[in-house]
Amino acid sequence: MKLSKEEVEHVALLARLELSDEEKERLTGHLNQIMVHFEKLQQLDTEQVEPTSHSIPVENVYREDVVGPCLPAEDAVSNAPEARDDYFVVPRVVEM
Amino acid sequence: MDLNTLTAHELRDMLKAREVSSREVTLAVLDRISAVEDRVRAYVTVTGDQALEAAQAADERMARGEEAGPLAGIPVAIKDNMCTKGVLTTCSSRILYNFVPPYDATAVELLAKVGAVMVGKTNLDEFAMGSSTENSAFFTTHNPWDLTRVPGGSSGGSAAAVAADEAVFALGSDTGGSIRQPASFCGVVGLKPTYGRVSRYGLVAFASSLDQIGPLTKDVMDTALVLQAIAGKDPLDSTSIDMPVPDYVAGLKSDVRGLKIGVPKELYAQGVQPEIASAVLKGIEFLKSLGADYKEISMPILEYALPTYYLLAPSEASSNLARYDGVRYGLRSRHSPDVITMLMRTRDEGFGAEVKQRIMIGTYALSAGYYDAYYLKAQKARTLVRQAYDDAFKEFDVLISPTSPTVAFGIGERVDDPLQMKLADVCTIPINLAGIPAISLTCGFHEGLPIGMQIMGKPFDEETILRAAYTFEQNTDYHKRKPML
Repeated sequence: MKLSKEEVEHVALLARLELSDEEKERLTGHLNQIMVHFEKLQQLDTEQVEPTSHSIPVENVYREDVVGPCLPAEDAVSNAPEARDDYFVVPRVVEM
Repeated sequence: MDLNTLTAHELRDMLKAREVSSREVTLAVLDRISAVEDRVRAYVTVTGDQALEAAQAADERMARGEEAGPLAGIPVAIKDNMCTKGVLTTCSSRILYNFVPPYDATAVELLAKVGAVMVGKTNLDEFAMGSSTENSAFFTTHNPWDLTRVPGGSSGGSAAAVAADEAVFALGSDTGGSIRQPASFCGVVGLKPTYGRVSRYGLVAFASSLDQIGPLTKDVMDTALVLQAIAGKDPLDSTSIDMPVPDYVAGLKSDVRGLKIGVPKELYAQGVQPEIASAVLKGIEFLKSLGADYKEISMPILEYALPTYYLLAPSEASSNLARYDGVRYGLRSRHSPDVITMLMRTRDEGFGAEVKQRIMIGTYALSAGYYDAYYLKAQKARTLVRQAYDDAFKEFDVLISPTSPTVAFGIGERVDDPLQMKLADVCTIPINLAGIPAISLTCGFHEGLPIGMQIMGKPFDEETILRAAYTFEQNTDYHKRKPML
């Protein structure tokens, strides 16, 4: 199966990446090159195999619902490109 | 004698005997950084003033006769993908060029707690994606053994800093070989602990089910000391495991009598240089002469490890890296008329080519219609890889292979050949998929460059691989060789 440039554009939109035409060309080539190697996995019989998401079995971890130390709001916004009154500022998202 | 060339345990003994001060040791390391850093380029940030303050604090505590741990007053370098409170943490990415974390990673905090002295943050492939540091958005680190070659990656800055005596030891992170492969290329010891042994809190996430923090050191005793300091359950990382932490130093005995070694032949194929394979096999013969026993085994599933990893790691990365949106930290594009454009341009300007490529692969593998064929299939293949190791460890105590199929390659040699670059991780990747621990140490030299031997162990059995590595090291002198800089 081969990825078209249109599919690459669609994936880039899903990934929220604005790509130049040159990057789209290059990535289409690279992705197709790499996808060929993924085909090898299709040879594996995994009919009876459970998927592994973590190598070490971990169970849900519970704790008492009590307030612990947490980051002060002013520290939390200290790295923001734009912040005001302990809030993150972003471009307008609703029409006035 | 140059203090910066010594190991942590040698310095500990001198500090305890009050023969030297932490200030003297720290100054020796900072002087070395000034002398060689323009050639090695291991550090993104050097924290000289803070280091001298921490050294003074350590000296004062020791002068008061307070109990000092084995790493008290010892200079350490931290890979720049671990959060350090008040100190720039970039992941060698433009998108985090100005990020100053408001908290410490747990591993960093634990080292500070025992009095270790951080001297700086080391270079890496952007977001730990790569095998050479050539994917750093800032600069490429040079291998101290041959400045025209790469130090390996992604923890190339940490490995080069230790090899060049610009740090006594370092922390790295390992998702597919990022501690062990640079340790091998730079001739130092590197350990990837069992997944869950060390807290990942404050480690900037790449592939959360594979990432693990570990030490890069000048010898195996130091590896044990550092692991002792950072291992254990952390309430802030729900995937860290609540299991007793053994006394790793007490377990270091120069004795491999009766040790059963498995030699997986698949890890000696796939482009492994004959000189590397023969050096590692010679190392195994040597362990046999000391009382161990070995047998060749076959693990055919390992041929599928590379495609499995290159589906799972980018899938997790595409999800983890969704957080870089130009809102809460890091870069925001100046061209941000609306939110979607802000997101898309920030990420375009902030991420380098390799990171974009992996985000694209991951997004594709997770997208509607392809999930079962790619991501789920890879997760099932992962189960088979883990089962193969479980089976092998029913018969053997450890497995041994080369760490990397080649010695350090030239800077620029592989940048246009992504597949060749990824083959650099062929021997290390399966270990992350299985979640087991593995250590790399030098077992020979080829054309003046170090060769790494990888010793793999059962989950949470770091003690046995440390003992095997220690025994090899105590009976050889490869670890005593230093690069000429």
